[in-house]
Amino acid sequence: MEFAEHIKTANVEDVVLRQPLQPPSRGTLCITGHHLLFSDREESDSRQVLLLLRNIDAIEKSVENLTGYSGFFSNASHSERMSGSSGTITMKCKDLRVLQLDIPGMEQCLNIAHSIETLSCLDCVSAMYPFFYRPVDLSLPEQWGLSSPEMHYSQMKELYEKWRLSTVNRDYSVCPSYPPAVIVPKSIDDDTLKKAAKFRQGGRFPVLCYYHKKNGMVIMRSSQPLLGANRKRCKEDELLLQAVIEGSDKGYIIDTRSMQQAQQARMTGGGFESKSFYDRWKRFHRQMERGKALQESLIKLVEACGDESNNMDRWLSKLENSKWLSHVQNALSTAGLLVECVERDGHSVLVHGSEGTDCSLLISTLAQLIMDPCCRTMEGFLGLLEREWIQARHPFQQRCAHSAYSHARLQQESPVFLLLLDCVWQLWRQFPLALGFSEALLLRLATEVYASDYGTFLCNSDQERCALEVKERTHCLFRALLRPTERDYYSNPLYERTELAIWPSVHPQSLQLWKGYFLRWTQQVRHLEEAQEEIRNMVIEWGKLARS
Amino acid sequence: MEHIRTPKVENVRLLDRSSGQRKASVGTLYLSATHAIFVENNPETRKETWVLHSMVSSVERPPTTSSGGQLILRCKDFQIFQIFIPQERDCLDVHASLARLSRPEKYSELYCLSFNPNVNKEEREESWNFIDLAADYKRMGVPNNLWVATAANSEYRVCDTYPSELFVPKSATPAIIVGSSRFRSRGRFPALSYFHQDTLAAVCRCSQPLSGFSGRCQEDEMMLQALMKSNPGSDYIYVVDTRPKLNAMANRAAGKGYENEDHYTNIKLQFIGIENIHVMRSSQQKIVDVGEMRSPSVTDFLWGLENSGWLKHIKAILDAGVFVARAVADEGVSVLVHCSDGWDRTAQACSVASILLDPYYRTIRGLMVLIQRDWVSFGHKFSHRYAHLDRDPKEVSPVIDQFLECVWQLSEQFPCAFEFNERFLIAIHAHVYSCQYGTFLGNSQKERRDMRLHERTHSVWPQLWKDRGKYTNPLYKAEQSQSQGVLRPNTSPYCFKMWKGLYNHAEKSTPPRQSPADFLSAVREESQQLEEELTNHQERIAELTGKPITWEKIEVPRRRTSCLPQRHSGPDPPTLYREPIASLAQDSSHTLSSAPANQKTHTKEPALSLPLGPHGQLKSHDPDDLSTCSDLESGVADLSSRSSSGGDVGKDPDLE
Repeated sequence: MEFAEHIKTANVEDVVLRQPLQPPSRGTLCITGHHLLFSDREESDSRQVLLLLRNIDAIEKSVENLTGYSGFFSNASHSERMSGSSGTITMKCKDLRVLQLDIPGMEQCLNIAHSIETLSCLDCVSAMYPFFYRPVDLSLPEQWGLSSPEMHYSQMKELYEKWRLSTVNRDYSVCPSYPPAVIVPKSIDDDTLKKAAKFRQGGRFPVLCYYHKKNGMVIMRSSQPLLGANRKRCKEDELLLQAVIEGSDKGYIIDTRSMQQAQQARMTGGGFESKSFYDRWKRFHRQMERGKALQESLIKLVEACGDESNNMDRWLSKLENSKWLSHVQNALSTAGLLVECVERDGHSVLVHGSEGTDCSLLISTLAQLIMDPCCRTMEGFLGLLEREWIQARHPFQQRCAHSAYSHARLQQESPVFLLLLDCVWQLWRQFPLALGFSEALLLRLATEVYASDYGTFLCNSDQERCALEVKERTHCLFRALLRPTERDYYSNPLYERTELAIWPSVHPQSLQLWKGYFLRWTQQVRHLEEAQEEIRNMVIEWGKLARS
Repeated sequence: MEHIRTPKVENVRLLDRSSGQRKASVGTLYLSATHAIFVENNPETRKETWVLHSMVSSVERPPTTSSGGQLILRCKDFQIFQIFIPQERDCLDVHASLARLSRPEKYSELYCLSFNPNVNKEEREESWNFIDLAADYKRMGVPNNLWVATAANSEYRVCDTYPSELFVPKSATPAIIVGSSRFRSRGRFPALSYFHQDTLAAVCRCSQPLSGFSGRCQEDEMMLQALMKSNPGSDYIYVVDTRPKLNAMANRAAGKGYENEDHYTNIKLQFIGIENIHVMRSSQQKIVDVGEMRSPSVTDFLWGLENSGWLKHIKAILDAGVFVARAVADEGVSVLVHCSDGWDRTAQACSVASILLDPYYRTIRGLMVLIQRDWVSFGHKFSHRYAHLDRDPKEVSPVIDQFLECVWQLSEQFPCAFEFNERFLIAIHAHVYSCQYGTFLGNSQKERRDMRLHERTHSVWPQLWKDRGKYTNPLYKAEQSQSQGVLRPNTSPYCFKMWKGLYNHAEKSTPPRQSPADFLSAVREESQQLEEELTNHQERIAELTGKPITWEKIEVPRRRTSCLPQRHSGPDPPTLYREPIASLAQDSSHTLSSAPANQKTHTKEPALSLPLGPHGQLKSHDPDDLSTCSDLESGVADLSSRSSSGGDVGKDPDLE
């Protein structure tokens, strides 16, 4: 394997591993192309820790040489020489765990550190672990993923009358980031779509992402229109949007940028739908933070959670200063606005920001969870994620290259998906009975999105996935999560379907820090987990009794 | 009755602001000697709102407007009522009456002395014996060969704010006790609060020594020596001064202060830094203001939280308790706790320590015992701190509020460790302020005896015990690990949050959120029933067949039964999501009133006041929604009767 060149020392004995919530243990450390393997020495109760190198966000190393040079000249045995110098590697993981390795022997320590540094951030997608992951109990699936746009369309009979499945993008030529098939108004032909696509950034022309069965209203998604400084217009784009609200008096556009930002975007060729050309569309601007600002927010929050000064004022001001909860509030309230337009006001909505691959996905996903009971089951939720984030393309590879600990210069990293999971967690906390899945699923997804055995979150688009044969050569996480054993574990024992919309409260007191994630490796969270376990047991016990 | 000028005013509008009500209901306001009562005009509901005069902390009268006068009633349980009175004269009269009635000058004006539930004399006497402190001391193994009862304070001769029954180290002679008490502020000499059988270490309490800069007292030094000797496992004791060191030093100038480590052998002095009652009073006011903010941004809210300092104070108290509990349980060292007079911060630190040390105090009855011991019996000044009478406002301070909040914060951290739920703590909080029962009246055991409260009032504990069904935490299991042994909480700042249930009625009630606890209570109840049924059936089968049958337990999917309460909430008004859109303005004004929050507090909205009420509105949107919604009301209404109990504590048909 080509990884061998990065591994100078593959095995080290007598290593001490320190990890949160467990006593330190002594054993053997082994490094492979994708993993760090630690196995305990204890014969009776042997423990193994298998860590994906990809999970490591940052490492810090320190070495010290206690005996100086004397060891090299003496005839001391190998082991004595090792005890002479030693090193410590602190590994900060993308799942926010911090591990420490005490390694005897300075050289070995440096070798290991070097291997971790190199192997944890390899750029080559096809060399990543999902392409090598071959569990014995799982064969590569015939069908990758839970569904496809075609299947989704064919199951939605309500759509047939006014909507059609267009394959205009079958070779990714119209929009490289869209899947080959998309749902559009029936009255719009492929040529119109092609022209409309030219008027939208990255070719992301308006497509249907949600159909509200109760009143036939829809949520559309796109990128910004390319008006530019000369206020260009595009008849085809106008026609396309007109067709969306055929038979209704108006539609709403939710722009995830502030009015000012949207206006500024014109200078760089972008812009927004102007009132004069889209006279039946009413625009709302809701500024949502994205990109670098969001990543920095995450970094500050994680830093605050690790603060050990034990000072209340300091904690509250750091929490405030991170702005993470403000982002959560903003996302939930923008999603609330979207739901209000569709569910209460009864009109269709188009959502976009600039690229339409981050915040637009975030709020359309949340809105569907709030409105549609079908999205709140475990299959429904995973299906929703697949449609909105995998097929409609969130650039996972770029956004999740690093997490909160990395010292690397920020590029395209942004924890939009993590923000989504946090918002979903807030929903779950406010409506503990309405979602079919539990916090554990959200935690699992939050881990997998940064480092995974599965291919689901690889690459930045469907096109890239096809080029690398991800669908043929890797396993799909969503399918794995729906296997009976896993499904039991991740389901919500209290779940009971409700047809009602679950309007979240966005009052700051109703929003809480997601302790399960951000303080995952503290003792406190264990007590909360015990409580969840207790709830599960009670419900199971009750089910048994009720049956007998 | 002489203070009531206008006993009845019609066409009054009432807005229960704290419950998130946004549209006032029309009705009649009655003033009785003990309550302000509002009865809705709506013939279908005739909903009544009772506000006990002694629960009212302030009555404001904003300037009169064209539509009449207005009063704002702020209650001690943080409820807020807004009353609109059409005639200005009526408004003035009501204001004057309420202002006077909410500030009773004599104990005899208090409700507990006229409150007469339907029980006979024996039952009342029985009610006072419900909590037996002697039995609790016995439970912890006292008296024993280390700790003995002392008669020194019988008839309150040595210390009039202490109870007559106290436990002291065996070697502490009456002379030592009396001598020590002369050297302690208000005579509050060191006495036993809690004895930890596992380590034989004890938690003791007293007031500050009258040491000044150089004073010393041989008996007091012997007293502390005796405390140390009463714990065979250790050769020193901790003296925990719960004040900030600077405050303690300032007290020396007034001839008080703290123990000089040079004079006392074998003590380790520790300052904790809980602020005084004045700081706490203004801090609570700030956190109440935070709770009242209408739609703050996250930044405003967190800034307000930080600025109030409230959570910092709660953390300091919990830290004090943790220090004491660790010393006793982990180091096996006895602790003597004091502050200035030893009845505020000392009570907080000792009772938090007991909660941490002993699982018994985490049960419903145990918490009652604990409050009875460390607060009621040891002379916490309830009547002064909770403004039962119109006295010095500087004496008022939320001391027991903070203790109850510490318990709540712990219960959030250990969801399975407490037998009671949040409602129990809030109920105790309301009773402390309301004076419906005599338990919390007066400032000491002696005062209560002198007022003959046991003959003239009732005890609150049996009442709370009777209602324990609704105060039970379904997740509690006595045999579980969290419920046993010493509780070791994490007191990192991130473990604390604002107690929404107490300080933010408005937010609490906006959406009738789904409550897993209520659901699980129902599950637990049903499980028990089913289990009984199962046993019955097994017995019958056994009878019939002549041989016992063992049931095979099979994993089965859950089944929903109709007897469970409806658990889902209806839609929540999304008023925060946006400014009203012009075309929707009409619509969103309905959303305000059509909020199910209203359906929660008012089981049925009066049709008259809401011509375009929630039902019509919802129907026009979605008939399915409505059917589910109306179904929900029953379950939801159930909840409201509990949660609104705060203001209605005094509600009693026998009253008039």
